This record gives sequence, C-alpha cells and structure tokens, in this order.
Amino acid sequence: MKPKNLLIGSPMERVEDLRLLRGRGQFVSDINFEYQLHAVIYRSAIAHGHIKKINTGDALAIPGVHAVITARDLGPRMPMIPLRLQPLPELEPFCQPMLAHDKVRFVGEPLAVIVADTPQIAEDALNHVDCDIAPLPAVVDRERSEVGTTILFEDHGSNLAIRWSATRGDAEAAFKTADYTRRETFRVQRHAALFMEPRGFVAQWDAASEMLTVWGAAKVAFANRRILAAAMSLPEQQIDMIEVDVGGGFGSRGEFYPEDFLIPFAARHLNRPIKWIEDRREHLTTANHARELECDVEIAATSDGRILGLRGRCWSDNGAYIRTNGSVAPRNVAQFMSGPYDIENIHITTDQTVTNKTPAGTYRGPGRFEGDFVRERLIDIMANDLGIDRVDVRRRNLVAEAQMPYALPTITPHESVTELDSGDNVELFNRCLENFGWEEKSRLNGRLIDGRYHGIAIGCFIEGGGAGPSEDARIVLETDGLISVHVGSSAVGQGIETIMAQITGDVLEVPFDRIRVRHGSTGDVTEGYGSYHSRSTVMGGSAIVLAAEKLKTLIREVAAQALGCTAREVILDSEHARGPSGHSVALSEFCSEPIEAAATYHNTKFTYAYGSLAAHVAVDSKTGDVEVIDVVSIKDVGRIINPLTLQGQAVGAIVQGLGGAILEHLVYDDEGQLLTGTLADYMMPSAESFPNIRSTVIELKPSPNNPLGSKGGGEGEIIPVGGVIANAVAAALTDFDIEPLDLPLSPPRLWALIRAANKRY
Amino acid sequence: MRTRFEVNGKAVEVEVAPRISLADCLRDTLRLTGTHLGCEHGVCGACTVIVNGEAVRSCLILAVEADGDTIVTVEGLSNDDALTPLQASFRKHHALQCGFCTPGMITTTHALLTEEPYADADRIREVLSGNICRCTGYIPIVEAVLDARAHYADEDTSP
Repeated sequence: MKPKNLLIGSPMERVEDLRLLRGRGQFVSDINFEYQLHAVIYRSAIAHGHIKKINTGDALAIPGVHAVITARDLGPRMPMIPLRLQPLPELEPFCQPMLAHDKVRFVGEPLAVIVADTPQIAEDALNHVDCDIAPLPAVVDRERSEVGTTILFEDHGSNLAIRWSATRGDAEAAFKTADYTRRETFRVQRHAALFMEPRGFVAQWDAASEMLTVWGAAKVAFANRRILAAAMSLPEQQIDMIEVDVGGGFGSRGEFYPEDFLIPFAARHLNRPIKWIEDRREHLTTANHARELECDVEIAATSDGRILGLRGRCWSDNGAYIRTNGSVAPRNVAQFMSGPYDIENIHITTDQTVTNKTPAGTYRGPGRFEGDFVRERLIDIMANDLGIDRVDVRRRNLVAEAQMPYALPTITPHESVTELDSGDNVELFNRCLENFGWEEKSRLNGRLIDGRYHGIAIGCFIEGGGAGPSEDARIVLETDGLISVHVGSSAVGQGIETIMAQITGDVLEVPFDRIRVRHGSTGDVTEGYGSYHSRSTVMGGSAIVLAAEKLKTLIREVAAQALGCTAREVILDSEHARGPSGHSVALSEFCSEPIEAAATYHNTKFTYAYGSLAAHVAVDSKTGDVEVIDVVSIKDVGRIINPLTLQGQAVGAIVQGLGGAILEHLVYDDEGQLLTGTLADYMMPSAESFPNIRSTVIELKPSPNNPLGSKGGGEGEIIPVGGVIANAVAAALTDFDIEPLDLPLSPPRLWALIRAANKRY
Repeated sequence: MRTRFEVNGKAVEVEVAPRISLADCLRDTLRLTGTHLGCEHGVCGACTVIVNGEAVRSCLILAVEADGDTIVTVEGLSNDDALTPLQASFRKHHALQCGFCTPGMITTTHALLTEEPYADADRIREVLSGNICRCTGYIPIVEAVLDARAHYADEDTSP
C-alpha cells in the first residue's frame, strides 16, 4: 500500500467533533418516540437472600403504570446472560438470570421492571413494590468466599468458579536454587470504568413485521444481537441493533446486561416503544466493576538481579455473577504478570471467586493493570534488597528484540498461548528515561523538600491488541461520487469515523471529505466483532484496506469501459479515473449504480504495543497526600493512523490509571452494601488532580501480523500506572522503610502506613 | 405550573410539573438535548447551562425556579455554518473523545472566559474541577481553553 494522500499518520481533526461540540450528538437518551413508555428497574436492596414473594399489585394500581414485569412473566425458562468471550462450561453455573427469581446475590440485582407513562410515575411506583427476601449472610471478601460457610450457588457447592494457571519453565526448580527470593501479598481495590454517559436503551417492536429495533447498542452489537435473539426466541434477522453516539466504554459499556434484554422484552410485551435510562446510582451498583484482586506472589533472582522466576497465587473477586467477559481479567493476571520481562520460570494461578457484590468485568487493561502492579513492585523491592539500581535491573531483564517473537506463559486448563510479536523494549525504556530526565530527578529521590518527600519510579508494559477472529468492511462508491464505508467496529468515543476515513482515503486515494463512515449497527455489515481488546484500528482498519483494494479494482473495470481502455491502464486520481489517452471521467459521473466491495479480515495473532512509563511524586508525610508532579510515557504502536487521537488515548489512559492508583475505590460494608454510591463518594480524577502528563507514541517496529503494521493502542498506558506510582511512593518514603502493597494509595491509607512506621522508630 | 423564561434568545413558556428539573425541562419539553445528564446529583457537570450569565447545574434547579431567567445552552453557543472559536479550539486540541461531557465543558468555559478572558491554567483547572471527563485526562481541555482566550479578550476590549 503506497498512500498518496498521506492521511494515515496525520493529525486529522475529527469529523465527530462537528456534531458533538454543538450539542448535536445523538446519544441514546436523546432518542424519543411518540407513544413511548418509560421503564425503571426495581432492584434488590439486600446483598444475599432467598426471594419469598414479590407483591406488585400496589404499584400496578398507580395511574399511569402499565406493567410490572417479574421473573414469572419471562416464561418457564429464565433466560440467562451467556458468556461472550471464551464460553467455558465451568463458568456456566455462575451466569446471571435476566431477573432474579429464586435468590438475590448482590445489591442492585434486578427483580422487576416497571413501565409507566413517564419516568417520574415509574420511579414513584418503585416505592410500592414489596419484595420479601429472607436474608442470608453476605459473602463480601476472599476469606468468607474461600471458607464457603455460605455458598452463593448451592448447586455448585463452592464459591470458586475456576482456577487458571500460567506456566513457563520450571518454577519449583528455579526457586529451589535461586540466590534470592522474596514473597509479598498485594491487593488491588475494586474500581470501575465509570464512563460518563449512563447506559440506556430505546426498544421498539413492530408487531406487523415482527421486527425489533433497539437503540443504544455499543461495543459488540452483533454479539449482543445473537444473545438477545436467543433470549427472545427471535431470528437474528428480525432484530436491528442501532449504535448512536456512545458516551465512553472502557470495556464496561456495551457488554450484555439484564436491561439489554428486559427493555426489548417489555417493548414486545406491551407493543409500545420503551425507553430506559440508567441513573448514576444504578450504574455504580450494576454496571461491571473491575480489578479487585489479592496476590501472594514470590520472585526469584540471581544475586546480580537476573530474574529467574515468578510464582504464586492470586484471587480475583468476581462479585456475584460471571457475565459476558467470563474470565478475561483473572486469566490475564496470570498470563501477563511477566509483562515485557524475560522470565524463564513462571507458575501463577488465579482463582476466580464469587462474592455478594456487583459482578466484575473488563476495564481498560483488564488483569494487566493488576498484574503490572504486583510485578513492578516486586522488581523494585528486589532491586532494593540486592542493592542494584532499579534501572539496571529492568534493562537486564527486558525481553530483547532478538528474542521476538517471544512466547508468554501457557495458560491452562483451557490452553492458550500467545507471543509478543515485535518490539525493542530496551530502546523505549532508554527513551523514557531520557524524556523523563531520570538522572537529574534521581537526586530528588527520597529527599524531604518543603515538607514533602519526593520519589521517582519507572516501569515497563505490554498491551495486547487486535483480537480476532475477524472484522468485516463494505465500501461503496455512491452514484454522486461519495464513498460510504461500513465497518463492524464500534465507536465508544475513540474517533473511528475519523481514522477509518483516513485509512479508506489513503487506499482509495480519494479526499478525506468525500468519505462517510458508518459503524456499529447490525444493518451495516454481515458480521461485526466490535471494539474491545484494542482491536478496531487493527481489525476494522485492515478489513477496510482489503475492501478498498477490491473496490479500486472494480472501479478500474467500470472506468475502463467508459474510457475505452483496459482496467490495468486506468489511473485513479483523487476524484477522477484517467485513461492512457489523457481522458478522464469524474467518479461522480461514470456509474449509474453504486459500486460496492466487501471484505473480511481474519486474524489469529494478537499485536503487542509496548513501552515505559515514569513518574515523580511528592508525598506529604503528615497527611498521606500524594502529588503526582510528573508522568512521562512512551509507547510503540508500529504504525500510527492519527497521532492526535492516539495521543488522546495515551493521556486519557494515564489519568484513568492515576485514578485507580490513588483515588478510586468501590467500598462495601460487611452486609454487602455499596458505600460509594454517588460520584461525591466515588473519587474520580478532576481537572485539578493530575495536570502534568507527557506522553509520546511512536512508530518504531511495525506489527508483522496485519497489512497496516499497526498495533492496538487504546489501553496501554493505564497498565503500568499502579505499579509505577506505588514504586515512586515507596522511593519517596525510603526513610520510613514503607512498602505500599495495597492500592489505592489514598491519603488515609498512606497516612496509616507512615504513622505505623513512625511508631516503629 | 406555567413558567416563562428565555432560552438561547427566545422567550418560551412551558407548562411544567413542580418536580421537574430544569435539565429535564430543557431536554424533554424543549427537546434541547445538547444538555446532558451524567449524574443528576450535581457532581459531574455535564448538564451545565448558563443562567443569567452564570454556569449552573441544570439538574440541581427546578424548571419553575428558572421563571424569568435568561438561559443559554450549548445549542445557543453554536452556529450552523462553523464552529465558534472556543469549539474550534476544542477540536484542534482533541479536547473531546466521546463528547458526552463536552456540552458542559463548553458552557462552563464560555461562562468563565466571558467573565475572565485572562484566566490562567490554574484558574481554568479550578473552574473545571466540577466537570468530570473520563476520556481526555483534561490536559487537552485546558490547552483548548487557554488557546481560545484570545477571542474572548478581543471581545472584551472591543468598543
């Protein structure tokens, strides 16, 4: 591919912005139909218990209430939310019913749907539903989950869903003979993606044609159509899922939740358009949580700091049900704990356990943020113990370019293998040190300046991307000369209308402003896998390359007839097709019917972007407050489509990571009640929190696995943040001999550590 | 209750129940859906509109309280033909990704720069601390607002 337009690689301003900046975006809550009714969900206020009785009569008697739908109305067989990624039999007993019918297992679990003329009437009716639940003890932590005195799924008999193992070499042997070993227990707190637009759906049933249309699709519209079709006993072709503007995803939005079924079901049940928009408290108690993990991990090394092995056990607190994401995060913890480091011997297990809390799913860098925290902390602890420089020890252990492709540990019981595709870890590490000013800043390390202790740290990461199996694209030269691009990728705010147009424009050699990109809805292409695992650019973009090449051939053939030459002689030049005689026809003139080409891009190998991130913090020992003074990151994505949007992903990911490292925490009490149910309680980064971020994204080593050479790049920089910040805090507090092992590094937690250390001395 | 106010330069009269927030009234009754609801408890700032020149969370006031007020929403800060300088600066700096918080960012920073066209980065961050953005990390937003100041300063000094 020889791009003439050079759209790829240029910082094109986004086409999406023109509507979004003027309040003309169309989000799901902006969609309204005449005769529409409004739904609200009646949810469990109790974390664990047997449902005795639901009395809906009083609610139904309220004028304006049309229906109160409970489990009984869904038919004899309760539809369940199936697993989308890796549907394993072990996980099936833990699937969530669309409505709770025998037990409730978390606060917020749906019990009934109330449909009324207005949202206000429906909300008023919530107070008139009476549900009698016989409470059971709430299982809210690993200890209680493991002991198993109380079991969430009695038929299964234990609270353990699955144990994953990641294995490479012979960890037992390596630990027996190693000069140095160190074992620590780490904890990562429960937090969440917290996208800003609450979830919502508008569903419309056309009784005459038996067609169901659902607005509000996101991320994986085609997969969700399959799930919805099965749950509603409808052929997929009778369901249209429509993606409108989507207010952020980060892994959580767009997965199939109970409401994805309940709202369409209610629309068919009542034969009226029905709208449901989540409120923020519902969001905090029902949309996927993430990250909660405990790890007991040990590192082995030679006395000069060559890492020989990693071994240990991890427990991933999954909450009450295993939803569509299945085991992605727990498995990733084990598989990717070694990250970009060459560690010969690995044996890590992760137990995925259930508790009476909101179900967990994937959140940007799932399992990777957690695993990187553990590994990077252990490396700094080791370097400190051995008296070796933290920089030298990393450089010594990074996977070298000559070792690529480099196989990561093998995962069992459902075997999976993957390998780092390409890259020069050491080069990016060195550049990060230089951009950060490591040498100069090292002088501040551990020093008390104006009442605060300063510390720096650096860590390295890999980012998996480009998940298969395939993506579809269809490109049409319309009769007016405009190009329509249809692609199975989904928009979650990352700007795919712009980058897909850049790719199309370069391959077809047509101007950017003649291209319109449509995406995400099930009517656009035959099949679509959507947007997750940093896959849109790699998969959707590659499908576009293939379809555009095909379309070019077709256009040449049609143009050849008009120009009286052979197809091979036709030159496509911006908006014209030219023949050898110099004659040309405008693309807007020569076809009376649209010319169309479709293609599917298949892929079995992941891409691995990689890089480094360094941070400088100052810790107030009197309050435990951490100020992030500077963060510098660098990442190689092989080939950049749009540096402006990619840079946006990098900075946004870092700030989310800082939220997870310092601020964000979904806190539960002993009875399984969420204590952080508003945005005033759940601390997110604000404009004042982290003003200094410097990130660089480069194209150094293209991926050998796709025609663009691009690597997925929407998640990477969040991954190292927890580990690097914790190491910087540890470095700052060297005088106190404090090793932060738990996230978040919130002021109360750090203050307690500092206080305990003060008492020791 | 019959309530009269001015929205984006037009006088409107609505019949609205006392419990309805200004945000719901704007969105559902007047179909001005550019004003977004992210939390409905006054923390996220997505629903910010300008009431009598001040940035206000429209989820926290009732529509009937706005009787007699002058309200400007993101639609009122937009033109059909081109982006305003503030919007163009947001676009140039990639100060939005999903765009859901953006209307609140535009109204808040427009109100700020109208009053304080020389606001520095710290002041901009202070004012924006009540508007949550989950996508951008705020850095490009602050850059966009800094870059747009000149247009407000020009207006400030024009006769």
